[in-house]
Amino acid sequence: MLATAPPRPAPPATPQRRRAIGEVLLAVENISLRFGGVRALTDVSFDIRKGEIRAIIGPNGAGKSSMLNVINGFYHPQEGRIVWKGRVLPRMRPHEAAAGGIARTFQNIALFKGMSTLDNIMTGRILKMRASFIEQALWIGRGRSEELRERAFVERLLDFLEITHIRHTPVGKLPYGLQKRVELARALAMEPELLLLDEPMAGMNLEEKEDMCRFILDVNEEFGTTVALIEHDMSVVMDISDRVVVLDYGKLLADGTPDQVRNDPAVIAAYLGVAHG
Amino acid sequence: MAELGPVLEVLLGGLMSGVLYALVALGFVLIFKASGVFNFAQGAMVLFAALSLVRLAEWLPFPIAFLVTIIIMIAVAWAIERLVLRPLVGQHGLILFMATIGVTFFLDGFGQTIWGSNVYQLDLGIPASPWFLLESVFPGGLLVSPIDVFAAVIAGALVIALSIFFHSTKIGRALRAVADDHQAAQSVGIPLNRIWLIVWSTAGIVALVAGMAWGSKLGVQFSLSLVALKALPVLILGGLTSIPGAIVGGLVVGAGEKLAEFYIGPAIGGGIEYWFAYVLALAVLLVRPQGLFGEKIIERV
Ligand SMILES: Nc1ncnc2c1ncn2[C@@H]1O[C@H](COP(=O)(O)OP(=O)(O)O)[C@@H](O)[C@H]1O
Ligand SMILES: [Mg+2]
Repeated sequence: MLATAPPRPAPPATPQRRRAIGEVLLAVENISLRFGGVRALTDVSFDIRKGEIRAIIGPNGAGKSSMLNVINGFYHPQEGRIVWKGRVLPRMRPHEAAAGGIARTFQNIALFKGMSTLDNIMTGRILKMRASFIEQALWIGRGRSEELRERAFVERLLDFLEITHIRHTPVGKLPYGLQKRVELARALAMEPELLLLDEPMAGMNLEEKEDMCRFILDVNEEFGTTVALIEHDMSVVMDISDRVVVLDYGKLLADGTPDQVRNDPAVIAAYLGVAHG
Repeated sequence: MAELGPVLEVLLGGLMSGVLYALVALGFVLIFKASGVFNFAQGAMVLFAALSLVRLAEWLPFPIAFLVTIIIMIAVAWAIERLVLRPLVGQHGLILFMATIGVTFFLDGFGQTIWGSNVYQLDLGIPASPWFLLESVFPGGLLVSPIDVFAAVIAGALVIALSIFFHSTKIGRALRAVADDHQAAQSVGIPLNRIWLIVWSTAGIVALVAGMAWGSKLGVQFSLSLVALKALPVLILGGLTSIPGAIVGGLVVGAGEKLAEFYIGPAIGGGIEYWFAYVLALAVLLVRPQGLFGEKIIERV
């Protein structure tokens, strides 16, 4: 499925792209998260629908990353619950979230620095590999066929994200923009239903940002992957997202389409009062 | 030829004891790679494993005793993961290191409480009398100890098995991922706790093999716990994260200290074996702080 991805033009400037947006995939309900005295999140509720691109915005320290960490099980909120595909999730650990179909990238790139691009992305396929230990160690039977199959899958992904030329480069040696792309590739290798992106374009130049926007849109449209992303660049947010959640001091400030949010007096006030990058 | 014989004999003996150092260092490297913990308790694990084996073998057939000891070492790994690592996850490396010092005292004390604190003979059924190799080439042949040869063969097999494990299995890839970045590893679906259990169990089994090799040479006794100190210079030489490094480091230290004793020992009155490794390690530290094989240490800013 990845092989049939021709390079596409820059994202359409109008937010009215038509996409099949379905039922609620994930709902966070009344989430409160504290670190000692710090209230990172207070009574936050919103939902993410199947097939949409959902942006989470807000000034620094607003609790955006904490929210993603709650969704994929790194943090456990003191109050509230998460409903995933109609079922209330029990207190969940990150590897369980991964197995359930939630992949993510990190605000500060978290790649396996000692490994090549290819090996990094292959880790995203770990959950898909079923061969027994012996078959893998001896490179026989399923061990061999599976490794070849996954390798081919990753190869198509490299192609899709236009990073075939760096497949054997240790990721620690790559420039920042490419590292971000490898991290996206690793998350995509998991074939997630929900993709969480924590500031995927932070620190990028204009061209790199455009590329990243294009990849996010392609992923969303061609694989139907639901995306929740945190982003500071307002023009990007307004261009690519279907709905926007605004957090401020850990509280939900607004929730709606880009147009609704942009014209919300509370949002305007919060943004005028705070310097953010 | 006549002068070469003794040198070769010394070199061979050195390399063989180097293998034993390497075995202990290997346990350190495994754990450090996967959990970033400098496990001070590796020596105590060697003692505990050897003690368990030697006492169990008194009333169980040896293969059964061996299997039971492996199960005990897995249980120890499980307990360490549950009671020490899990509560301390995310803490500074130094704190985890201190915790393993606690584990050391516990294992040393607990092991001797339940298994006794005498010196126990570990008989692996290997002939004690030395072999003489290449008698046709060297007058009198080269003297080697069968136990050393046995240890070298086992260590070699262990290293090959571990290399395959690390490089061609899914668990191996997961281990390397965990070693690089805990959070990222979890986010792709790797259960941290299970990986730690696997790594500490593997280190426990490596400790058992080391304990068998050392124990059959020196007898199983408290001083086995101190072989960990001999592994330190090996680690400095080989780097904390490299399995081949642990092996080469062990061989260099083993051969180096025996050859130094042979060549300059007589001139300065002997005893070089006791400090040579540390001086060598110090010299390496000055030139290459990451060891001969270690990854470059890059400070993140
Ligand atoms: N692991 C943590 N321990 C303590 N405080 C934290 C932790 N993670 C986040 N916080 C605090 O929670 C608040 C929200 O942080 P964060 O979610 O990173 O904000 P954002 O991503 O919107 O910039 C901040 O005050 C931050 O200091
Ligand atoms: Mg953040």
